[in-house]
Amino acid sequence: MRFIFKTSYAQDLSLAKHEGHRFWYGLLGLLLLAAPWLLSEYLLAQLTFILIYSVVGLGLMMLAGFTGLFSIGHAAFLGVGAYTQAVLTNMGWPFPLAMAAAGLLSAAVGVVVGLPALRVKGIYLGIATLSFGFIVEEVFARWESVTGGNTGKTVSAPQMLGWAADTGSSFYFVCLVVTVLATLACLNLLRSPTGRAFVAIRDSEISAQSMGIHLAYYKTLSFAFSAALAGIGGALYAHQIRFLTPDQFNIIQSIDLLLMVVIGGLGFIHGVFLGAIFLIGLPQAISVVKDFLPEAIGGAPGLKAVVYGAVLVAFVLFEPMGLYGRWLKIRAYLQLFPFYRQGMFKRQKSFQKSDRLK
Amino acid sequence: MQFVQLVISGVALGCIYGLIALGFVLIYKATETVSFAQGELMMLGAFGGLVCMTVLGFPFWLAVLAAMAGMALFGLLLERALIRPILGQPAFSIVMLTIGVGYVARGLITMLPGFGTDTHVLPVPYKDQLLQAGGLIVPMEQLMVMVLTAVLSGLLFALFRYTKLGIAMQASSQNQLAAYYMGIPVQRLNGLVWALAAVMAAIAGLLLAPITFVHANMGFIGLKAFPAAVVGGFTSLPGALVGGIIIGVVESLAGFYLPEGFKDIAAYVVVLIMLMVKPNGLFGERLSKKV
Repeated sequence: MRFIFKTSYAQDLSLAKHEGHRFWYGLLGLLLLAAPWLLSEYLLAQLTFILIYSVVGLGLMMLAGFTGLFSIGHAAFLGVGAYTQAVLTNMGWPFPLAMAAAGLLSAAVGVVVGLPALRVKGIYLGIATLSFGFIVEEVFARWESVTGGNTGKTVSAPQMLGWAADTGSSFYFVCLVVTVLATLACLNLLRSPTGRAFVAIRDSEISAQSMGIHLAYYKTLSFAFSAALAGIGGALYAHQIRFLTPDQFNIIQSIDLLLMVVIGGLGFIHGVFLGAIFLIGLPQAISVVKDFLPEAIGGAPGLKAVVYGAVLVAFVLFEPMGLYGRWLKIRAYLQLFPFYRQGMFKRQKSFQKSDRLK
Repeated sequence: MQFVQLVISGVALGCIYGLIALGFVLIYKATETVSFAQGELMMLGAFGGLVCMTVLGFPFWLAVLAAMAGMALFGLLLERALIRPILGQPAFSIVMLTIGVGYVARGLITMLPGFGTDTHVLPVPYKDQLLQAGGLIVPMEQLMVMVLTAVLSGLLFALFRYTKLGIAMQASSQNQLAAYYMGIPVQRLNGLVWALAAVMAAIAGLLLAPITFVHANMGFIGLKAFPAAVVGGFTSLPGALVGGIIIGVVESLAGFYLPEGFKDIAAYVVVLIMLMVKPNGLFGERLSKKV
């Protein structure tokens, strides 16, 4: 068990709460910095994908995990960012400028979606975002002069001031910097009044409103912030994948993103990264295991869907706090050893109460 | 005349949407959760009917009954094994759970060797028959859809309105705990609701199969039934049907009069407008939330 003695106000303000944090996050940082020399080209590309999905996931986590607004159309924001980046980069814009534009445009779209979404909650919001996702996907497919339609659009390498990130490792560093900045932005936002307002809205809209939180403003802000991060992630995604087609931003992608934050652990920043590792790692794990399975199972096209679905069901049933929740339990077990009890994290059994009372 | 013809095919398509939407509304009305697996249940029902007819060689009526009974059992099992353990958890958990169930169902069907990845034709007795009346042509398949949908939604409406069972379902949807205190077996009721919804899905699948085909991805049409349910108001059974028909007709007209591409998104444009103008739908109850 660790007891933190607070001896200065700076301790309350600092992001790293104790020496353990500094040590482990420092080590993680060093490992990530050294990754291009430690990993093969292929693994590095996968790590880059994990970082990119983390940025997108941070956005969705702020929206779903911290504001309690679920979006089933988040791939649309990813797509807006990706196509903006593609168009601007191909026009010769420097990388940071194009990425900022991608984020801003995505945020603007997020506000447009967020405004009507303010009137609806729960499942209606899900359906509104789902509909929006379908519409945006169709726009990508039909607006051929800009997006190249279904034939796809190629994206050139990111460049700025004569330097181009055209190798795997240089682009990896670009992604790493963006991810770290996005994470810090989220962490800092969460401990500011804005972040507290988000969490208050998640826990109870009416109590938040009674405490003087302007629901419409903060919900729109949350949508905009989330969409901006998704757009920035989309910009990186465009460079990493080099070739954009509308079906990369379809409903499956949206559900994958949602699956990522749910499996990672809703309401935890760590959950985003665990979820991203899971989302990128699972197809790799499946392709490794495939060879050992009989042909009828291993070679079947539906295997991936079955595994994804089964894992999702298992998490909702047995581990609603996600991978990070599992880690919290393991940590509590180790810290309290031998006093950990079975029921410490048990969900309270409850009956459902209706939202629609007259 | 062409306009009328378009409207008729739109209504037929809309009835399918309405039929799937009825499943959503049924589950929502009774348990206040939303099932994203409804489209996949429909796909399973269609495959069940197909297997009964082609592999087992059942006659048509027996195959339909068998598929419906099988799906009812599947619905019961689904509720018992997966939904009941997380009763009372946030509604979103159940949404994610049903998305997972949908993935598994779709994946398992495609994993069936040499069967699941193909598209199949469901051999129904009324295939390729046409009904002609005053220059209008109505395929028998579409007529069947319209008639059966009307009958089914009438039956469901009566169930909720007049029977003890339906009223118990309404009570448990408003406050499960209070319903429990009143002696309503909430959990068994939920099982029944899921079974009923699965049967509805099976019927929708069997009706849709002659119009399209039977294949693993036919469940995606379920995503178009959401707009139908929302337009009708998520809590109204006749509303789901009307919503489905509106969506179907708009889609059919948009496919003909508007440029290519509008057909696929017409339903979603309609639902977004609806959510902006009248979030509770056409027939939904206007309700506010208590703290």
